[in-house]
Amino acid sequence: MKKDIMICGVGGQGTVLASKIIAASAMDEGLTVHSAETIGMAQRGGPVTSHVRIGDDAFSPLISAGGADLLIAFEPSEAVRNLRYLKKDGFVIVNSVPVKPTSLSGGADYDGKAEIEFLTSRCRCLAVNSDELCAPFGSSKFFNVAVLGAAAGTGELGLSADTVRNEIIKTVPQRFLEKNLAAFAAGIKLGAEHSAN
Amino acid sequence: MSKKYVMGNGAIALGALSAGVNLISGYPGTPSSEIIETASKYPHEGTYLEWSVNEKAAMEVAAAAAYCGARAMVTMKQVGLNVASDPLMSLAYVGVKGGMVVVAADDPGPISSQTEQDTRRFAEFARIPVFDPSSPEEAFEMVKDAFAYSEKYKTPVILRPTTRVDHAYASIEAPDSFRAGEYEGFVKDSKKWVIFPRLSYANHMVIEKRNTEIGEDFSSYRFNTVTGSSKKAVIATGVSYAYAAEFLKDYPEVRLIKVGAPYPMPESFLLRALEGVTEALCFEELSPFIEESLLKLVGKHRLDIKVRGKLSGDVPSAGENDTDSARRIIGGFLRLEADNSGAELSSAPEPPARPPVLCAGCPHRASFYAVKQAMKGKKAYFCGDIGCYTLGNAMPLDMVDTCLCMGAGITMAQGFNHMDSDAVAVSFAGDSTFFASGITGVVNAVYNAADMIVCILDNSTTAMTGHQPHPGTGRNLMSAPVDKISIEKILIAAGVKKVVTVDPLELDEAIKAVKECAEVKGVKAIIFKSPCVAIVKPDKKMRVNSSCVGCMRCIKEIGCPALSVNDGRVVIDENLCTGCGLCSKLCKVGAIGGV
Repeated sequence: MKKDIMICGVGGQGTVLASKIIAASAMDEGLTVHSAETIGMAQRGGPVTSHVRIGDDAFSPLISAGGADLLIAFEPSEAVRNLRYLKKDGFVIVNSVPVKPTSLSGGADYDGKAEIEFLTSRCRCLAVNSDELCAPFGSSKFFNVAVLGAAAGTGELGLSADTVRNEIIKTVPQRFLEKNLAAFAAGIKLGAEHSAN
Repeated sequence: MSKKYVMGNGAIALGALSAGVNLISGYPGTPSSEIIETASKYPHEGTYLEWSVNEKAAMEVAAAAAYCGARAMVTMKQVGLNVASDPLMSLAYVGVKGGMVVVAADDPGPISSQTEQDTRRFAEFARIPVFDPSSPEEAFEMVKDAFAYSEKYKTPVILRPTTRVDHAYASIEAPDSFRAGEYEGFVKDSKKWVIFPRLSYANHMVIEKRNTEIGEDFSSYRFNTVTGSSKKAVIATGVSYAYAAEFLKDYPEVRLIKVGAPYPMPESFLLRALEGVTEALCFEELSPFIEESLLKLVGKHRLDIKVRGKLSGDVPSAGENDTDSARRIIGGFLRLEADNSGAELSSAPEPPARPPVLCAGCPHRASFYAVKQAMKGKKAYFCGDIGCYTLGNAMPLDMVDTCLCMGAGITMAQGFNHMDSDAVAVSFAGDSTFFASGITGVVNAVYNAADMIVCILDNSTTAMTGHQPHPGTGRNLMSAPVDKISIEKILIAAGVKKVVTVDPLELDEAIKAVKECAEVKGVKAIIFKSPCVAIVKPDKKMRVNSSCVGCMRCIKEIGCPALSVNDGRVVIDENLCTGCGLCSKLCKVGAIGGV
């Protein structure tokens, strides 16, 4: 299998954990994986990306423009910012809840609505509201695992949900495991419903 | 043995441990910090690890190990090599007994650095070999090669990964436990280990002769390779090779030359690889190093090859390469159809700017704000330094007028004081920066009778690079608790006239401390002490109640990322808030309280 998956968001949203779980799951399935993360000053509230490259002939650590099969965006404007990486027929999973830019850097009116409108009208796209999806688990912080469920549920991830679940069990702290697994299951349900429609 | 999914930096650490390294020292700096952090996860007898106080110290500690015949590695970012250049230049003349690998990580972009300097130039300047990995897998192998070459030629060698190799993850097949190598120990020989002009002259002769031999050796080096046979050749180094290979994977006939060991120039390899070539494009980052090597080669051997690259304007002088620029530049050079059919983007909404900011609840915000309030209406210069707190330059704080390099805040504030004594000269340095290179600045200021305020932003960690310990934290990489070195006592011992320690989150006290210091003549210091919010769990959150009048004073004064506006009123993002309470202290109507 050959698959390029990009994960993007704002520093602090938990994108790194999501990319680590995808990479580990792909390796569990016997695939060759390379990935790359944003590290350093940009992590302080700036845009962050993870590039996960599955397949034997990935030389570059970064996905090429127009190369991503799947874009998992933790934030609407970050999805748009990184859309140039998406393949023409690529799939987008986007969190519709915006992270407003820091008060004085402009963009006070930004609410993510235009971005979601743009994405859903132009791409194959599943928009997920992290607040609603994660409400039963008490914190939007479970979104990083829930969105993996959604990706697996749609079939766009190209990895089995069981493999991913096993990696979640190995990765997240024991005391948060139950809620993470519930969030993952909720994501799968949402993804499966989307692809059924 | 098992497969380990690690960062390029992890691969470098595993490579060194596989090579039986006896000592690794270094100073944190993006993109190099995870090398020592990874090594510290495999503690074993015979391998000593340390976070040194700065890169110069790290280099010298490692040099002694190499004099003992032990294998030593020292890690830093590229600008760290500037700090360590004094010992490195001399060490290049003296040479080593055990293998010594200097890892200096370059940062094209730059993404997290002050400069786009090219460590390959440093290697050439110091006349020592350099290895340039194009992937984590290659970095793992190259570290082991680097030790072998270092011992074969009795010279320190440089490994220079770049950010995209340091921070790329790959599976590395590596041992699960490691054994440090045996070493003879130091054998006294003052004719060998004591640098004197006469020794340097003699060794300089030896080094130049030897470098020709290394260039020959590098001509059969396994990571100097050529594929394809076209008349137009692409020469790439480091991660740029990966981008070129990615673009050219459908064009195996194109001659692609990888230079994994660029200095001393592998002359006979290049002559072989370029046979029949009429035009060569050098695809590299930072400086036109290979391009200039090639121009030398073309001149020396009167080759009829047109050399293209940065100097010819085909490759940009600054910034990173990537697969897109590979497609554009290499595709253009070879006149290949460059397909780039991505998602359709016309009329996409413009994403908002997201400049990096101090974290919500960061105590540095309170420290800057306290100084700003105390200096209100006064002419003052604020000299910043390297660390998270460089972000104090952002609006609305706007409290960093200068930032030059590690430790320069203190010494530059002193310089401003001598040039403009009407202004209050204020410097800001973090705790790790203070230990790294702030102490000499304080001594210099006291000795030269400056009138200035030294602010130490003490958050008890090296935050920006990933929370490494430092001499003030009471921890190191080898032992259980060690004695904390007191910043306050150092300042007092250096003769600083007034030293005050305050909690910046006690805003009124902090402002008062700054005002009092400004009244005293001479060098004064304020230690703003409050731990980094990334390492302490918050015990409360702040919330805005219904009495908020929407004056936006909190937002306009401190710009905390947890604060935003909703329907004309301020709201606090409780996922971000750490309950520091700085905003509540500014609110004129008491609308913000802890929950």
